[in-house]
Amino acid sequence: MKIYRYASPTLFYPLAGALWPWFAGFAAILGAVGLYMSFFVAPTDFQQGEVYRIIFIHVPSAWMGMFIYLVMAFYGVLALSFNTRISAMMMHALAPTGAMFTFIALLTGALWGRPTWGTYWIWDARMTSTLILLFLYLGFMALTHAIDDTRRADRAGALLAIVGSVNIPIIYFSVKWWNSLHQSTSVSPGTAPKMAQIMLITMLVMVFACWAYSIAMALVRVRALIREREAGAVLEGTQ
Amino acid sequence: MNWAEFFSMGGRGAFVWGSYGAFALAVVIEIALLVRRTRKGRENP
Repeated sequence: MKIYRYASPTLFYPLAGALWPWFAGFAAILGAVGLYMSFFVAPTDFQQGEVYRIIFIHVPSAWMGMFIYLVMAFYGVLALSFNTRISAMMMHALAPTGAMFTFIALLTGALWGRPTWGTYWIWDARMTSTLILLFLYLGFMALTHAIDDTRRADRAGALLAIVGSVNIPIIYFSVKWWNSLHQSTSVSPGTAPKMAQIMLITMLVMVFACWAYSIAMALVRVRALIREREAGAVLEGTQ
Repeated sequence: MNWAEFFSMGGRGAFVWGSYGAFALAVVIEIALLVRRTRKGRENP
């Protein structure tokens, strides 16, 4: 099977249609399990009490916000170098979900910060760079909507996605590079996680739920985009 | 388990439920917008 053939929107359309219900199903099941674990399995934190339970949506949202942007930038590279229509469409399909997760990361961070640090917000390195990430998402959507010519909009959007991706390592390493009010990394590759195992497992279940959700949303949205852009093309499995 | 205690979240209920509520609301809004976009696209191809 040649995977490249799915770079054609008319062939990707039915594939996305067949795949998204699976991811939506995984998201629902993992989300239900993750929420149950968040409140009934994970124990009370000895330092922060119950309020730490925000972590189970805060960290997955923040990770998704950063990761989706990197995926968008990757599709941006593909769109610019190979001129594949589906890559550009995937960028547009991912942006709203990424913006949603980034917004939730900021909001839950504020709601977590108030009881634990005594403030909703400060202009700290991690928070400021995450706010910039939200503006990059909003900027991407505004920019691509402002340009009527689809090809030019795609190119401009791809460029913004690629250039903006420089912000992602800044967010990730901000707690190492600068003195930050934000707590330092609890989970990172190569080191033992600095949290109780059951809390870590609960968080990972929520992370996978958010992954599955994001993939499902992106696939449904790319189908809507294909219908809008490829009007007149014969789409297999249109239902 | 005591439900009143559960909902109070050690006195931080507003922060915990506010976070989870906002997340749930954001997901519902995103899905609703996408359903609307999908319907619109099907009606006027």
